[in-house]
Amino acid sequence: MTSALGKDLLGLEPLSSEQILLILDTAEPFKEISERAIKKVPALRGSTIVNLFFESSTRTRISFEFAEKRLSADTVNVSASGSSVLKGETLVDTARNLEAMRIDMVVIRHGASGAAQFLAERIESNVINAGDGTHEHPTQGLLDLLTLRDHFGSLEGRRVCICGDVLHSRVARSNIWGLQKLGAEVAVCGPRSLLPNAIEEFGVHVFDRIEEAIEWAEALNILRLQLERMTAGYIPSSREYNRVFGVSRERLDRAPRDILIMHPGPMNRGVEIDSDVADGPHSVILDQVTNGVAVRMAVLYLLAGGKPELAEAAKGSGQRKSGAPDIPEAA
Amino acid sequence: MRAILLSGGRILDPSQGLDESGDVLVSGGVIEAIGGRIEPPDDAEVIDCAECIVSPGFIDVHCHLREPGREDVETIASGARAAAAGGFTAVCAMPNTDPVTDNQAAVGFIIRQAIRAGAARVHPIGAISVGQRGERLAEFGEMVGAGAVAMSDDGRPVVSAQLMRTALEYARTFGVPVIDHCEEPTLSHGGAMNEGIVSARLGLKGIPAEAEEIMVIRDILLARRTGGHVHLAHMSTRGSVELIRWGKERGINVTAEVCPHHISLTEDRVGAYDTNAKMNPPLRTQSDVDALREAVADGTIDLIATDHAPHHYDEKEREFADAPNGIIGLETALAVCVTNLVNIGTLDFGTLVERMSCSPARLFHLPGGTLRRGAEADITVFDPTYSWIVDPAKMLSKGRNTPYAGMTLSGRATCTVVGGRIVHRHENQATAPKAPART
Repeated sequence: MTSALGKDLLGLEPLSSEQILLILDTAEPFKEISERAIKKVPALRGSTIVNLFFESSTRTRISFEFAEKRLSADTVNVSASGSSVLKGETLVDTARNLEAMRIDMVVIRHGASGAAQFLAERIESNVINAGDGTHEHPTQGLLDLLTLRDHFGSLEGRRVCICGDVLHSRVARSNIWGLQKLGAEVAVCGPRSLLPNAIEEFGVHVFDRIEEAIEWAEALNILRLQLERMTAGYIPSSREYNRVFGVSRERLDRAPRDILIMHPGPMNRGVEIDSDVADGPHSVILDQVTNGVAVRMAVLYLLAGGKPELAEAAKGSGQRKSGAPDIPEAA
Repeated sequence: MRAILLSGGRILDPSQGLDESGDVLVSGGVIEAIGGRIEPPDDAEVIDCAECIVSPGFIDVHCHLREPGREDVETIASGARAAAAGGFTAVCAMPNTDPVTDNQAAVGFIIRQAIRAGAARVHPIGAISVGQRGERLAEFGEMVGAGAVAMSDDGRPVVSAQLMRTALEYARTFGVPVIDHCEEPTLSHGGAMNEGIVSARLGLKGIPAEAEEIMVIRDILLARRTGGHVHLAHMSTRGSVELIRWGKERGINVTAEVCPHHISLTEDRVGAYDTNAKMNPPLRTQSDVDALREAVADGTIDLIATDHAPHHYDEKEREFADAPNGIIGLETALAVCVTNLVNIGTLDFGTLVERMSCSPARLFHLPGGTLRRGAEADITVFDPTYSWIVDPAKMLSKGRNTPYAGMTLSGRATCTVVGGRIVHRHENQATAPKAPART
C-alpha cells in the first residue's frame, strides 16, 4: 500500500511542501487525543511497530512510543545494548530478522548517516527515520514546523535562525529543508568550525555573530552543543561558547522584537541557552515536546495508509465529517 | 607456440607514430612483422581485426589483487584474468596485502603466482616502509632484485615527510618510481566522501580537496629536493592538476595517474549512500572531472590506472561511513575511458593508447608499450564502438563492487595477447550492436 508519503519517512529533503503540510494538517486533530483522559484511538490497532534504537535516546523514543500506543499499535523496543547488534550482527541481518517476524513498521535511530535509507531499501516494512547520524531527523523537523505554525499561522516569509552546531546536526538539516519548503527564510549562526563548509549552497543566510542573528530573526532554534565537540577540538570551551554564541536574556533584550525560542533538547543550560531564556515567556520548548507526539501520530497514521481526510474521524471525536466512517474510541 | 596473424585492423602504436590499417604477425612470442598485408605461415592462427584497433597492450600500474591474505575477494589468478579480459597485458600489484609485500620473498611469491595464472603479466610493487607502517624503509634493493617495479605504501599515505624524502633518495639507486597515495590524514580523518554540498546534505564527513593537494605539493617539493621520481597515484582534484603542472614546468621528476572513475563520475553518484561509489580519494565535482580530463589530454596526467580494489559483497553492504573504500576497475577501464574521454572528444584513440600503454611502460620501465618489430608481443585488440551494458555478474574479477553496473558503455577488448599467446578473447563480437564510430 502506497501512502500519501510513500513507503517511508527518511527525511524532509525528499518531501514536497504539500506532503509536509499534509503531515502538519493531519497532526492537528491528533493533538487533542493527548488531552483526553483516555488517550487512545484504534487507528493502528493490529499493527506491529519496532522501535529500533541503535543510539540512546530518551525523548524521541518515548515520544514515538506514546504516539504508537495512543494509536493502539503493538510496539516492541529494541536497543543496541542487550541485543544481537552487540554480538556483531549487521544492520541488514537485524532488519531481516525483525521483518521475518512480520512487522509493519520500523522506527530507526542510528549513528550512521543513511542508515534509515539503507534499511528502507532492504525491507518491505515502512521505515521511519528517528535520526540517522548527522543526516536528518525528520519528525523533529516536523514538530518544529508545527510549533512555528501554531505561533505564526503560516511560515511564509518568516525568519528563522538555527543556532549552533549545524555541521553535526540532523535536526538542523531537517529544519532547513522543511522551513525552506514552507516558504520561510532560513539563517544559521554558529562558529564556522561547526558549520558545513558548503553552508552557503544550502540557500541560507549565515551569521557569524549571534547578535546579528537576534537582530534579524523572528524565531531561534537553538541546537544542543555536544560536549564531544570540545574534545574533538572544534571549539575551545563551552565557557567561551556561551560567552560568544550563547542565547542570553541580555542579548534578547536588545532585539527589535520578541523572538520565539525553540530547542530540540536536551538543553545544556548555561551553554547554548541561558536558563532565563529557556524558561522565559517566549520559550515554546515544551510545546515542541507536546507537538512531537501529535506529529509522530500523524506520520504513523499516514504511512499506514490512513486517509488524511479521515484523521478527524480516526480520533473518534464524534465530530465526524460527512461520509467518514465512525471509528469508535478505544475502551 | 602457434604464430598469430592479427589481420586487417587499425594499427595504432604511438610509440612509433603508427596509425594505419594492416596486419601484425606474432611469432615466437615477439612481433615478427607489422604493417601492410602479411602472408601468414601455414600454421598461423588468423584473427580478423576488421573494425578493431590493434595497439600495444594496456598496462595498469595500480591495482589491488588481494593475494596473499584476502583470496576470498581476489587472487592473483582471478585478477590477472580480469585484467586480460579488460585488455590489460600487464598490471602492477600494490603491496597492501596480508602480509605486506615488503621483502624479496613476498615479491617472488607474486611473480610465481602470476606465472602460474598465465594471464596478464603481474609486476609486484614493493612497500616503501616495513609493514607499511610508515616508520622504517623496506629493502628496496632486494625487492627490485626479485622483480619489484616500483615502491609504494598505497592504501596509506606516507605521512612522514622525512620518510618520503629518504625513499625518493634511496630509490634513485634502483631507478624505480616511488608512488604516493596523497592524503593528509589529519584533514581527511573520518571522511567518507568529497567535502562539499553533497556531503553536507547527506550528513557525511567530507574529505576536502586540500587533503590531497597538500601532499601533492609536498611530494613535488621533495622530488625537487631529491631528484627522485615521484609518481602520484589516483589524482582526483583540479588543484592537484595545477600543482603537477607547476612541478612539470619546472622540470621536476613528477608523474601522475588518474583513474577512470575520477574522469567519469562525480560526488553526485553517491546518491542515496551507494557504497559502490565510495572510494579514496572520493569522487569529486564536475569541475575536477573537467580538469582531470584536460590533464590527461595535455599530458599533465601521464597515464590512466584503475586502482582496481575488489571487496566482498558483505563488506560493501553496510552503512556508508563503515563500508570499505574502493571499486573494481580492470574490466571497465577501457570502456569508461572510450565513453568518457574519446567519445566526448577530449582524447583521440592514439592518445588513449599512449596513456594506457606506452606511457606506463616508459615511466615504470616495463616491457611492452610498443609494437616494434622484435618486441615482446603484448598486444590489445579492441573494438572501439562495441556497446555493452555492464553486468557485474559476468565479470572475471571476484569483486562485484562497481558503480557502473547497468550502464551502457562503448569499447571492449576483443583479444589480448601476452608474450605471443592469446590470454583472452571476447565472444559474441559478431552480434555486437554498433555505436556510431569516432576517430
